[in-house]
Amino acid sequence: MPREMAPGVTEGYIKVAPKVTRDGDKVTIDSAGVYYKQLNEAIRSQIADGAKHIVLENVNGQRYIGTGVKAKDVKINVHGTAGNDLTMFMDGPTVEVFGAAQDGVGNTMNAGKVIIHGDAGDVLGYGMRGGKVYVKGDVGYRVGIHMKAYENLVPIMVCGGKARDFFGEYMAGGMLVLLGMNTQFAEQPLVGSFVGAGMHGGVIYIRGTVESWQCGKEVGVTEADEADMAELKPILADYCECQGMDLAEVLSEPFIKLKPFSHRPYGKMYAPM
Amino acid sequence: MPTSFIQPEFKVKIDYDKCHKCGRCVQQCGWGVYNFNERPIPDDSKCRACHRCVTYCPAHCISIEKNQLAYRDNDNWSPAARKAVWRQAETGGVLLTSMGNPLPYTRIFDHLVLDACQVTNPSIDPLREPMELRTFIGHKPDSVGVEPDGNGGFRLAEGEGMKNNLMLDTPILFSPMSYGSVSLNVHKSLAMAAQRLGTFMNTGEGGLHADLFPYQDNVIVQVASGRFGVSPDYLSRGAAIEIKIGQGAKPGIGGHLPGEKINKEVSSTRMIPQGTDAISPAPHHDIYSIEDLRQLIYALKEASGYKPVGVKIAAVHNVAAIASGIVRAGADYVYLDGFKGGTGAAPQVIRDHIGIPIEIAIAAVDQRLRDEGIRNWASVIAAGSIRSSADVAKAIALGADAVAIGSASLMALGCHLCQSCHTGSCSWGITTQKPELTRRIDPEWGAEQLTNLVHAWSHELQEILGALGVNAIESLRGSRERLRSIGLDEQMNKVLGVKPAGM
Repeated sequence: MPREMAPGVTEGYIKVAPKVTRDGDKVTIDSAGVYYKQLNEAIRSQIADGAKHIVLENVNGQRYIGTGVKAKDVKINVHGTAGNDLTMFMDGPTVEVFGAAQDGVGNTMNAGKVIIHGDAGDVLGYGMRGGKVYVKGDVGYRVGIHMKAYENLVPIMVCGGKARDFFGEYMAGGMLVLLGMNTQFAEQPLVGSFVGAGMHGGVIYIRGTVESWQCGKEVGVTEADEADMAELKPILADYCECQGMDLAEVLSEPFIKLKPFSHRPYGKMYAPM
Repeated sequence: MPTSFIQPEFKVKIDYDKCHKCGRCVQQCGWGVYNFNERPIPDDSKCRACHRCVTYCPAHCISIEKNQLAYRDNDNWSPAARKAVWRQAETGGVLLTSMGNPLPYTRIFDHLVLDACQVTNPSIDPLREPMELRTFIGHKPDSVGVEPDGNGGFRLAEGEGMKNNLMLDTPILFSPMSYGSVSLNVHKSLAMAAQRLGTFMNTGEGGLHADLFPYQDNVIVQVASGRFGVSPDYLSRGAAIEIKIGQGAKPGIGGHLPGEKINKEVSSTRMIPQGTDAISPAPHHDIYSIEDLRQLIYALKEASGYKPVGVKIAAVHNVAAIASGIVRAGADYVYLDGFKGGTGAAPQVIRDHIGIPIEIAIAAVDQRLRDEGIRNWASVIAAGSIRSSADVAKAIALGADAVAIGSASLMALGCHLCQSCHTGSCSWGITTQKPELTRRIDPEWGAEQLTNLVHAWSHELQEILGALGVNAIESLRGSRERLRSIGLDEQMNKVLGVKPAGM
């Protein structure tokens, strides 16, 4: 017998349009048990209808929330746990998750802002070209992989907890920050191995220290100097405001800076025939 | 010590009695072979045998010959093998080359022959009778629901029939080649030709230049591991989206477009800074499984309003099982690239030794999808050295829905297969970004050359179909009974699902 989760909704997802309540340009969508396709159709059609603030209630792992959404001045609040590929290819909106997110947040994202008041999974910001991702807690493997910048598009990701291996792998542009503060893994190292492996652009700031063996051979580690902190401070101020944290406390520990040695790490690897 | 053990591969001979001393050869050569001192003086070591100078010499006084240096006989150590060792001893580098695998592996297409009608059923004359080449790429329904139309006939029931298929007027597409690896004028030529032919060109992993927007309904946009130029706008412009997992010339490895090729225009479509290496990682780091692939396929569908999404893979040993997974992951087509497929740059060891022939991959994948009852879920596009309309017909008879041509299309634009794309100095103005070279291709002329080639092949396909006594390419698709093999062993016949000639 299927278990009843809510009136009319049985275990597993149902492929029907969710319940939508509209109040001016604010829309509330009950996501309980709704399949991602119908949920995202509802979000897109509400935005097309001029909705500016979308509140998603009872989100439970639905994928692709905000994926491919191109809109300015649109705010999406997610209550619950966002599923994989949250805000993939997104161009513009602000998405705030009151809970945790899974893998692939900000995948190939163009612009916008993602605020996660919890932890997030693996492969965050893959190929991200612009916008901001602020995670309050811990993050998984391959976070910030292949982030890249182009002209006025500069992606920024700040993670408040700890990170696993391959942090900033292949990074080609933008800024990746790790604070190590809001963590549930007190005993674990701040970050795993292979930090910045294959990195050829952009910058990583870490609050605390890493051992040289943890880093990819393509990066150099220095203490963040005054100019670096001047670059970092406004971003951390914005992050703290979004996450309800104390900037002074964040700045109370020194930061280190990881930069690649070369924009062309493999330039001399080949012998043309 | 000698500067290099490697002697010139070619000799440039000029008949100075005929030479006009006009300097055209000096100007035409992209490799800087010629110096001019009262007459052109060639430096043999720089010659790539691309024949640009030969073609443009008004006096026809240049010939390129092989430098026939005698080596002590040794079948095991070919001159090319010796040269490779010397080059690596000099440089310590990974040998980098381009175009397709040139080694003398068995060319299976050349061991397959097609059938024709004689006496017992009539052949068809395609010049005077309809002959259908139209091809649909995408998911086909498991069954077709019909309902009475009220006039004694039937019509498709509501919601039935094909959805989101690409319509091709001929079963030939242009294969993915990125802007960056080829010039913008090549991209424009391909896009214009695709529009005129009712088929599709493919951006490769280099983004879509604004000059191609007018042709976007005939463009497949590619998403590869570097995600270069991929944005919501890009996804919304393409007629279909293709996830590139692998390439026949370099299965399993990523790509590096060197920083010196990333000029202002190339940087704008890839959306990366000028002068940095464009590094495509070997895998997509959000795809480690078929489930992950499904996640990306549906992310692209979600982001594009459910356009067709295809997946391109290199033909490798386990291609049938992989293709089955791709189809089950929701792909609308599987693009198989055989090991003779071309490339703008690849390590020689990878190009020449990894992957399997496209003929085998087509047969294995088609059979596997049939056995599993999912052949209609997705189309199969085959590529990797399709050299003629005969190869097209044989590929389709083996089980492909359509083929894609890369090397052949570049040859239509002047490519002489000198295997030097990676140098960025293509004298024909194809695989270069140097403005003095890229302007050698006028897109209008290029589009005409490409249109001519595909028209000619399409006419030949119609002739082949007529000889086979069928009036639609659909009737040849997967019909291996219309093929026979010559000179292949029993095991190979079994793999291909083809009988030997005489049976």
